[in-house]
Parts: sequence; C-alpha cells; structure tokens
Amino acid sequence: MPAVSKGDGMRGLAVFISDIRNCKSKEAEIKRINKELANIRSKFKGDKALDGYSKKKYVCKLLFIFLLGHDIDFGHMEAVNLLSSNKYTEKQIGYLFISVLVNSNSELIRLINNAIKNDLSSRNPTFMCLALHCIANVGSREMAEAFASEIPRILVAGDTMDSVKQSAALCLLRLYKTSPDLVLMGEWTSRVVHLLNDQHMGVVTAAISLITCLSQKNPDEFKTCVSLAVSRLSRIVSSASTDLQDYTYYFVPAPWLSCKLLRLLQCYPPPEDGAVKGRLVECLETILNKAQEPPKSKKVQHSNAKNAILFEAISLIIHYDSEPNLLVRACNQLGQFLQHRETNLRYLALESMCTLASSEFSHEAVKTHIETVINALKTERDVSVRQRAADLLYAMCDRSNAKQIVAEMLSYLETADYSIREEMVLKVAILAEKYAVDYSWYVDTILNLIRIAGDYVSEEVWYRVIQIVINRDDVQGYAAKTVFEALQAPACHENMVKVGGYILGEFGNLIAGDPRSSPLVQFNLLHSKFHLCSVPTRALLLSAYIKFINLFPETKATIQEVLRCDSQIRNSDVELQQRAVEYLKLSSIASTDVLATVLEEMPPFPERESSILAKLKKKKGPGAVSVTELEDNKREGGELNGGGDRGPDTAAMAASNASTPSPSADLLGIRSAAPVGAPPASTGSLLVDVFSEAGPAAPSAAVNDDGFLRDLEQPTETSDSLLVEGSGDSDSAPPSEDPAPPLSEADELLNKFVCKNNGVLFENQLLQIGIKSEYRQNLGRMYLFYGNKTSVQFASFTTTVSCPGDLQSQLNVQTKPVEPLVEGGAQIQQVLNIECLTDFSDAPLLNIKFRYGGALQNLTLKLPVTINKFFQPTEMSSHDFFQRWKQLSQPQQEAQKIFKANHSMDTEVLKAKLLGLGTALLDNVDPNPENYVCAGVIQTKSQQVGCLLRLEPNAQAQMYRLTLRCSKDSVSRRLCELLAQQF
Amino acid sequence: MSLTTHFPLCFLFSLFQMQFMLLFSRQGKLRLQKWYVPLSDKEKKKITRELVQTVLARKPKMCSFLEWRDLKIVYKRYASLYFCCAIEDQDNELITLEIIHRYVELLDKYFGSVCELDIIFNFEKAYFILDEFLLGGEAQETSKKNVLKAIEQADLLQEVRHRMKSK
Repeated sequence: MPAVSKGDGMRGLAVFISDIRNCKSKEAEIKRINKELANIRSKFKGDKALDGYSKKKYVCKLLFIFLLGHDIDFGHMEAVNLLSSNKYTEKQIGYLFISVLVNSNSELIRLINNAIKNDLSSRNPTFMCLALHCIANVGSREMAEAFASEIPRILVAGDTMDSVKQSAALCLLRLYKTSPDLVLMGEWTSRVVHLLNDQHMGVVTAAISLITCLSQKNPDEFKTCVSLAVSRLSRIVSSASTDLQDYTYYFVPAPWLSCKLLRLLQCYPPPEDGAVKGRLVECLETILNKAQEPPKSKKVQHSNAKNAILFEAISLIIHYDSEPNLLVRACNQLGQFLQHRETNLRYLALESMCTLASSEFSHEAVKTHIETVINALKTERDVSVRQRAADLLYAMCDRSNAKQIVAEMLSYLETADYSIREEMVLKVAILAEKYAVDYSWYVDTILNLIRIAGDYVSEEVWYRVIQIVINRDDVQGYAAKTVFEALQAPACHENMVKVGGYILGEFGNLIAGDPRSSPLVQFNLLHSKFHLCSVPTRALLLSAYIKFINLFPETKATIQEVLRCDSQIRNSDVELQQRAVEYLKLSSIASTDVLATVLEEMPPFPERESSILAKLKKKKGPGAVSVTELEDNKREGGELNGGGDRGPDTAAMAASNASTPSPSADLLGIRSAAPVGAPPASTGSLLVDVFSEAGPAAPSAAVNDDGFLRDLEQPTETSDSLLVEGSGDSDSAPPSEDPAPPLSEADELLNKFVCKNNGVLFENQLLQIGIKSEYRQNLGRMYLFYGNKTSVQFASFTTTVSCPGDLQSQLNVQTKPVEPLVEGGAQIQQVLNIECLTDFSDAPLLNIKFRYGGALQNLTLKLPVTINKFFQPTEMSSHDFFQRWKQLSQPQQEAQKIFKANHSMDTEVLKAKLLGLGTALLDNVDPNPENYVCAGVIQTKSQQVGCLLRLEPNAQAQMYRLTLRCSKDSVSRRLCELLAQQF
Repeated sequence: MSLTTHFPLCFLFSLFQMQFMLLFSRQGKLRLQKWYVPLSDKEKKKITRELVQTVLARKPKMCSFLEWRDLKIVYKRYASLYFCCAIEDQDNELITLEIIHRYVELLDKYFGSVCELDIIFNFEKAYFILDEFLLGGEAQETSKKNVLKAIEQADLLQEVRHRMKSK
C-alpha cells in the first residue's frame, strides 16, 4: 500500500485491490472477482438501504473490476444515485463511473441528465466542473440535445469562474464534434472569438481548441480570429521566459498555447492585411531565430517544447507555401536536425522535409541533404526512422538524382527490414520507371530488384517490366540478353524465371545469333529451372516453349519430347496437362504458317498508368504518394514514359480499368484457367475437329472462339465481338440494314427510369414500348411490352439487344427472339435476363426493326439498365456511417456535383426518388435534418461495391449538392452522373 | 461560389486531437485508459492488446513516435510505466510528449514522488487529475499550480465533510 493516501481512503477498496494483486494465477483472480461481484450484487439488492459511503465504495470496486478488463452489467443505478449526493467525493465517483461505463438506457440517461442539470445550475464551480467533465467525457447525442444550448451561455457569461469557462469551452467542443447541428454558435460567435483576448491563459488555451474546430467548419464566420491569434502569438513569442509565470514550461513561454495558435492559423490562407501578415512573419522569423540560440536548459523538456513550436511554425510556413525565404530557412533548420543526436528530432525532421520536398520553393534546398538522408537510411538503428528516410528519398527524387537514389535504395534493400521491403520494392520500381533515361537502366534495376528481394516483388512489378519491354523495341534485345545472363545464376528467384520465360519466349531470337545463347542453350537454361517452380510458373514456361517452337524450328523435336513425357502430358494438374496436350498437338498438326499466326509476337500493350503506382497508393493511403506525384507532374512537364499526357484523372481511370479484370488476365492469364469443365482429352479432339473443319484459312478465329491459348493472345475485344456478330447474323432474321444510331432522346428516356422500374419507355404514332423490371442481387429480369398502336400488322418484327464496347464484358443480357408478326392493336412480350458481371457505365442498346406498310422502321433505344439497379439497401447507424464515410476518403473515391434543381424539391418527392434508387434512406445520420443520406451495396458478380450518398438541398438557391463515396471510383462517378439528372 | 456557407461540411474536417491515452506496466498490465473517441469495448480491448505488444517490443533508444494503423503513437517510459498517447497523423508529436510529461509531473506532485502502486491504489485520483488537465483530448489547463489547486480544493471539500460525518 502506498504511504500517502490522500482524501478519504476507502479501506475496503484498498483491501480488495491488494487481494487481486496477491492472486497467483488468472483463475484465482477471476475467482476473487466473482466473489466480490456476488457480494456487491447482494448488497445492492439487499433490503438494508446502503449509506453513501458504502455505495461509493462498491461503485468504485465495480469500476476497478471493469478497468481490469471484466464486463460489468450492473451498478449504474447506484452510480446515478451518487450523482445527487451532496458529498463531493460521492458525486465525483458517481460521475467517474458514468463517464467510464456509458450506458444507453434511456431511463438512466434521463436521470443522469437531471443530475447534471442540477449541478450546472448550482453555481458551485466545483460541481459545475464535475458536470461539464461528465458531458465532455460521455459526449453522447442525448447530452448534446439536453445541454448544447445551455453551455455557450455558461462559457461567455461575465460571472463564470475561469475554471468553469475552461471546462465549458472543451465540453462544447466535444458536443460540437458529435452533434454539430445542435451546437449553434450564431449570436455567441464574436464573444467566443474574443476569448482569445482573455486575461487568463488557461481560458485562452481551452477556448482556442474550440475556436480552431469551429473555424475549420465555418472559416468565414470566424475569420476575425486570425488577427487576434497573430497578436496573441506575437505577445507570447516576444515575452521573456519569466513573464508568463506558471504558463512557462521549462523556460519556454506557453508552448501549448503557441502550438495551438499556429495550428489555428493553418485553417486560413496568409492574412490579407499587410500589417497582420508582417507581424506574423516577424513571429515566424523569431521562432526560427530562437532555434539557433543556445538552450536555456539542458533538460529535454526545454528543447522538446521549443521544437514543438518550431515544427508547428514550419507546418504553417509549408501551409502558406508562399514565402520562399521562410521555406528555405525552414529547410536549413530541418537539415540541422537531420544530424541531431536526438532520435526524435531526426525522425521529425525527415518527416517534415518530406512535405517541404513538394514545394517548388524548397525542393532544391531539400535535395542538398541527400547524402545525410542516405546515411540515415544506412545507419539509423530504429526502423521507423529508416522508413522516414526512405520516404524522404522517394519524395526528393527527380531526374537529376534518380540513379543515385535508386542505387542506394537497392543496396539498402539487401538488409532492409522485412516490414518495409515490399513498399521499398514498389518505390524503387516506380522511380526506376519514372526517371528512366534509357531503358536498359530500367531493366537492370528491375532485374536487380528481383534478384535482391524477389519475394517482395509483387505481380504488379514484374507485369510492368514485361509491359514495358513488349512496348519498346529498343530495349528488347538488351532485356533478352540480361535475363539470359541473370538466369545463369545457380539459384534464381522464381519471379526471375517468370520474367525470363516470358521475355525469351518473345524475344529469344534477338540473342540467338550468339552461340553462347543459341536456341537450344536458351531452352535448356529455362528448362533447368522448370522443376523447381510452382504450377503457374510452369504453365508460363510451357507457353514459352511453344513460342520457342515457332521462333526456332530446330528446337521443335527437343521440346516435343519434353511435352510428350509423362510428367507433362499426364501431369496431375489440369492446367499443366491441358497445356502440354494442346501445345503438343498444335506443334504437330499446325503448319508453320498457322503456328506463326497463332504464336505471333505479343502486340504492344495499351499505354496505361503503372499499376504499381496504384498499389503503392493503396498501401500508403492517398496522402503519401499523391502529393509528390502531382508535384512531379508539375515540375517535370513531359514524362519520358508516355506519361506526359496523363493527368491525375486519366491516371485514376486507367487504374480502375486495369483493376477490372483480374490482374493476371491483364497480362498473362495464367490463373484465369482455360475452360475447366471440359476434360483435357476431349478438348484435344475438339481442337482437331475445329482445325479440320475450319482449315488453315481461319485458324486464329477458331482458336479464339474456343478460348484456347488465351494466354498467348492478348484478349482483344474486337476479335470476340466479330465472332459473336457473325454467328448472330446467320441465326436471326436478316434485315440487312445496320441498326439505327440511338435516338437523340435516348438518354433522356434512360434518365426517367433511374429511380423507377416500371413505365412507358417509348411511344410514337406506331409503337408503344412498356417496361417492367425487377432486380435481385446482381441479377435482373426485364419485361418489354411492344404494343402495335395501328390497325395494320407489323411484319419482320425483330429486336436485338446489344452491349456496345466495354459493356459486353460487364453486363450479360440474354433474351429469345420475338414473334416476327405483331397484329394491329396487339401487344407482344419479351423477357430479358440480365446479369451484372462488374460495374458499368453505358446502357445496353435495344434495336427494333419492323416493316409497317412496306416501309422499314428502324429505331434504337437505350435500355434503362443502370448500375444503381443492382443496389441492395444497407441500414446502418450514424456512427457506422461516419466511420465508413471516413474510410472512403481517397479523392478518387468521392464524386461530387453541385447543380440546379430541375424538379420539385418537395421532401416526399425526394424521398420517393431516393428509395427508388435502391439504397436505404438513413434517418438521424446527417446532423442537418434537411439533408438526405443513403447507403447501399452494389452487387456485381465479381465484387460488391459499397456506396454512401449524401444529398444536400438548398431550397433558397434552388440547388443541390450531391456527394458520393464508393469503394470503387468508377462507380462514384457513374452514380453521380446518373443522379445529377434526377432532382 | 459562396455555396460553402450554405452547405456545412460536417464530415470533412479533421479533428486534430488526442484519440486515447493508455498507461501500462512493463509486464503489459493496463493501469489507466482514457478514450476520447467513441469505440466499442471490444475495439478498445483489441487496440490495447495490439498496442501494448507493439510498444513493449521496442528498444530503449528508439524514437518515441511510431505509426500505427492510421494513427501516430507517442510514448514514453517512466520507471516501470509506459505512458502512451494516440494522436492523428498531422498532430504535433513533441507537444504530445510534453503533455505526457506534464501529467507525470502532476501525479508526482500530488502523490509525492509517484510510483506505479500509487496509481493502482488510487486509480480514481489519477483519473480526476487527468480530467483537470485534459478534457475531451485537449489541454484544458497547462499550469501545474492551477491543476493541483483544483484537485486540492476538492480534497479539502471531502475532508471537511468527512470529518463532519465522523463526528
């Protein structure tokens, strides 16, 4: 037991705590606790009324048990009773219990609020503070409802004690954070701002947190705080260390308040008023000057407090990003810290410099510290510091120092901590690509990466090197030579084998002239690795072998022998067996011409944003990369790697495109196995059939149709759709005319159906088309009713549903042909089955052709199948909503539009539309009851996309603001486009 | 456009505040926990478990800050106790370190050369002192004198009443 036990000790409690501490085992502890719980329960339930002291003691014991990590489900009532005690300690324990064990029982809350109300109006400052602390600790919406209007009054009242003011300010801040709609500052605004001038430093310290938060949200209303904050700061900065008495901390005047003032100023742009700005710049200069002065104390607290202010000032300087002089001074100061003996300072300097590196004014200054940073990467003993150094190297990298930085990062990788290796690999890969002056350096770098840290080289990285080699013929020969050399190492990483297999399969011929790398030598080298590799790599190698047969006919016999051996042709793995069988047959049946066509060199990949970058962004969150990324674009202008024309938007688009099909389908398709259902043998015979039927004239079409050899052919949509159309034409009735382009009003018609499923889609003098549809999960069924409005028969009535462009891989629409005759006045029905494979933006087209009195009618409409049809409503609490909203905070995930109202802004109409949209309309989530908040999940076959929506109407301006946040950025954009037309 | 004034950006501002504070011993026993953001008990336990492990695994000379999930952890060891605060990424690490130190000073002054046992046996006092110093994750009163004055006044209040009662 401690020597000093202040206040009134509760003996029973101390004994209980000692007992627990003396327990030898967890079981003994639990036993002791259960005994105590039973005892307390019986006391609480007993007939004898407990006196305040006992109640307090037991409540305190319960609290202790709870804090040990056990669940407590009773005692709340007793704690609430303590609140109304007139003994301070009993009240205090009651409040503590309530704050720690918040309970949502509404009856209890009413009682608690009553007790708080009494204490608030007691005019006893100690009681008032207790009540305010409790509100701030609990901060629930119920409390906000009960007290949000009362507290501002307490805060600004002239006769409120300073200590109560301090509690009131922070209490209000807490309520504002939980329920901003309930805290209305309006009339109090200017008096709250003027608390910055309060004589009592404690009041200013507390009030400034409130003001900062309010300013972030209502910058205009609070902008007078800027000049007040500057003058307050100026007074503190220029004061002697003894002026502020107890608010001086280790010779540093008011460090907390100074930091908060500097933080408040970061809510605003630089002051417009010249005098204010001058004064502020003076303050910042003084702070920078003080950093150079000898310390007034050797204590670490002194330097920490001083530097806390310095770093906050540097943040402000970076935030303004307009004072080159200050930026460079800040950079020099941080440069000194880079070599400081305090690890904390080195860490912070590296971190802070990362942001400085992205300012055009200080980028060059940051670069001068490269040697120090590299040294930090090599010698720091703490991995979190090394991580910062790696981040900074990445941020300061540009064309002038790329080679050095990449080399250093590569050599660091050899010893790098496992926890940061993958990220380092991504960074090296990105820098190498971005600043590659010649591609042989790029290829060398990536191969080195694989050699040094093969396990951490993700698919994205080696896919990317192959994409680049395929697309650039100037580097192909070099790449072939280098991988060939790399593969000679006795032990090389499997990723190296993959890259090697792919590149030699494509470009092995470029080095075959050299007898040291003759075709057979190349093949033997690859095959020597075969048995050590995993199935996907072996599958890739088999494809490389068949490519070899095409490239080098002299290897045919050797390779066929390999394919023919039991370990291949009877491999237990279906994929390998199938490849072996098919390749063997292909090589023996097909003529060299056919082989050359089927196994032609890969066509260039479409230029796209590096998927590596997307991966790093995902890993690091939006901030880490995008800042430097944008900055680089700005600074460098034209990129070498076809990136000159890519803005952040196209980058996002490319990233989303790239992620739609599985990454392996992207490049190699190894894992998207060929048709699984068909047993390998029959596939083989099927192949023969196809060949004998189609003959050598159309081999590639036949092969494509089967989905065979998909890994060798780049998946091209054109060839697929050609086939589909060809067969479709021969099957169906033959109106030879091309389908008409969609009606000009097709989009408008589409928009009518975004929030409803049934109605008339189209009508003219001849024809009416009605629509009924229902959706479940990722499936939908649509009934189309074609009504003949005339008394004359429609002949050759045909309808065709097509999915143009990308849509055919995103949406699957199936239907049966309709009767070709529609009698006058009759109606026929057509059923469409719809399956959503992945998210999509376009609408399927419905083409209708028929003859009316000899004239051909030809019209095309858009079918109202929009992505929102696949919504499943999701109910969630306000808390969950906010949490998810925060999680979806990457800029691409959000889409927002502000637009004029085109339709009635009536609440019921809006609600009906939002429900029709398919999402759940959530009540009591948005603090502003005028706003609408919805949540839902879009179900597609490949994935589910969570979507959050917020619609803020402004009746006065007749405008809306619509914000969408979805887990997939293409969905945010599409929904935003669709919905902006609806209101 | 002046639309911003009509449309409050409720979700979009960052909080810049302390998320929670934990005190635990070298053996990993939690001695005090204060949460400034609403979390379920389950989440709290999970966070505590993970964080205690992470911090205890660090070597003495390492830096006092570490990135953990999307938060920044600032910690310092005093004798057998670790004081550990979670702040947001943008927040000021050094000033948080000094928040910890000031709290230690307050405990020290109140208990008279504080040790772990004082906090175990008088945990409620440790909470009361913290509430006077930090409220809702923000510094309420940074003057050591003023905080202790408030606490001592309260003690006085209870002693007077206590004495009256025992008579």
